[in-house]
Amino acid sequence: MIRPDIFTETASALKNIYANHLPQLQQLKDWQSKYRILMTLGKALPAFDSEWHRDEFLVQGCESKAWLLHYQDPVTNQHFWAFDSDARIVKGLIILLLVQLNGLTTEELAHAKPELLLNELQLQQNISQSRSNGLLAVLNKIKNGVRSHC
Amino acid sequence: MNFDLSALRQQFPFFSAHPDWIYLDNAATLHKPQAVLDAMHQFYRNQNSNVHRSAHGLSQQATAAFEAARNTVAQFLNARYAHEIIWTSGTTAGFNQLVFGLMGPVLQAGDRVLISSMEHHANIVPWHIHAQPFGVQLDVVPLTAEHRFDLAAFTELLKLKPKVVSISHVSNALGHIQPINDIVRLAKAAGALVVLDGAQGIVWEKVDVQQLDVDFYLFSGHKLYGPTGIGVLYGKTQYLELLRPLLGGGEMIKTVSFSASSWNDLPYRLEAGTPNMAGAIGLAAAILWLQQQDLTAFQHHKTALLHRFYTGCQQISALELLSGPTTNAGIVALNLKNEHPADLAALLDQQKIAVRAGTHCAMPLFQALNVKGSVRFSFASYNSFDEIDRTLTALATAVELLAE
Repeated sequence: MIRPDIFTETASALKNIYANHLPQLQQLKDWQSKYRILMTLGKALPAFDSEWHRDEFLVQGCESKAWLLHYQDPVTNQHFWAFDSDARIVKGLIILLLVQLNGLTTEELAHAKPELLLNELQLQQNISQSRSNGLLAVLNKIKNGVRSHC
Repeated sequence: MNFDLSALRQQFPFFSAHPDWIYLDNAATLHKPQAVLDAMHQFYRNQNSNVHRSAHGLSQQATAAFEAARNTVAQFLNARYAHEIIWTSGTTAGFNQLVFGLMGPVLQAGDRVLISSMEHHANIVPWHIHAQPFGVQLDVVPLTAEHRFDLAAFTELLKLKPKVVSISHVSNALGHIQPINDIVRLAKAAGALVVLDGAQGIVWEKVDVQQLDVDFYLFSGHKLYGPTGIGVLYGKTQYLELLRPLLGGGEMIKTVSFSASSWNDLPYRLEAGTPNMAGAIGLAAAILWLQQQDLTAFQHHKTALLHRFYTGCQQISALELLSGPTTNAGIVALNLKNEHPADLAALLDQQKIAVRAGTHCAMPLFQALNVKGSVRFSFASYNSFDEIDRTLTALATAVELLAE
């Protein structure tokens, strides 16, 4: 069973990261400091039940593993996600996508350009086609999951 | 012959194009010396025509160059005949042809095949596709505690009378050199056909297929300083003749009617379609280039690089080394305790150190080792001690960042 709280708890953790960690990241110039923060972002997320580490939630195409849960509010049409990854950098990068995408409606998502933030942070190389870290696969899964729900 | 590293490096144009990178992903693919680039360029400029089939003199010229390349490979392996060299697109394609070809003429339902825990997927999945569904059983030689080939267990498993024994010459994930002389001798004494996956082994040491008495040996051009898309399936004539062709089409036939076709002689029978002519010529150029180098000096240099790196890694206590430093062809697989290999590799990538992270197309090995994967550092003749030292510094930086 997916505990429904996981989506509201993740949403509030993501808001917190957006308000507190993102401005910090945007100010940093050297890669070490940036990655140091990126690798700790995952700690701010609510605990992800190991019971949800199931193949049905696994995103294919990742060097590391990523599990993605999705929920759409039937009243507001907003999309919410909860996720986990066994690698810290990818986990941080997925957070940087979701701080922008979580809680958007289908229409808003269609126009969202989450890669712009990665460009700004000079982390865009992580989302290139040639990377095997799976971030692009996660982004595609976020977009496709939404499409199949509407 | 002297080993002059800077003279050697100057022959590889890739390095001047990327002076700020340290390339330690050599087990994935090697860079190419100018001689190989020149040979391929020269082929397309001066010799390009389709081989074996056209009536004109240009085609004959191309055919002569193409068959000369086959002879170069035959001499390199000390094969008895040039027709024992079958061109493939690489080791993976070679294995698919080999396993498919053995099914029926050699392998039948109830037969057994013996592989090892260290095999690359290319020596596992073709057996799953072409042999297992027809009732062939796959047995696996386990690892010793030191992650080595377990010869005692192998001897026991040979009592199951496998028809085919198929083992890697060098483990692609760990770098460990397998005891191939013992493997071939024991397997043949047990009546099995012996296949060696030479993808990582061919660049390490001189392979004499007759002296080794191996029945099949496979390798890829691009892991031997040659181009991608070309590889070799060597086989003894009497066994190659047994193989059913995996691919049918042009060149591989004698006669074709709408109801049936009869097949051509070796090697063409197993080489359907227009071959990778420039690739074959590039591979031959790589072999000729390598034969001008001092292979023993290459070995000593790679071993020295490995030891320097290994000793440096031992100073970082949180690292778990999966490879051993002896009988190793130049690969160190390691993990940082409690961290994902992808994180360590990403932090090295930030510092322009090219390594591979993951399970290196050997998932069953990592299941046996009970780890998620590893970061693999693989060394080549053209790497320097300075690169090793800079990599160790970068590794220490990455470890510090992950420890925070």
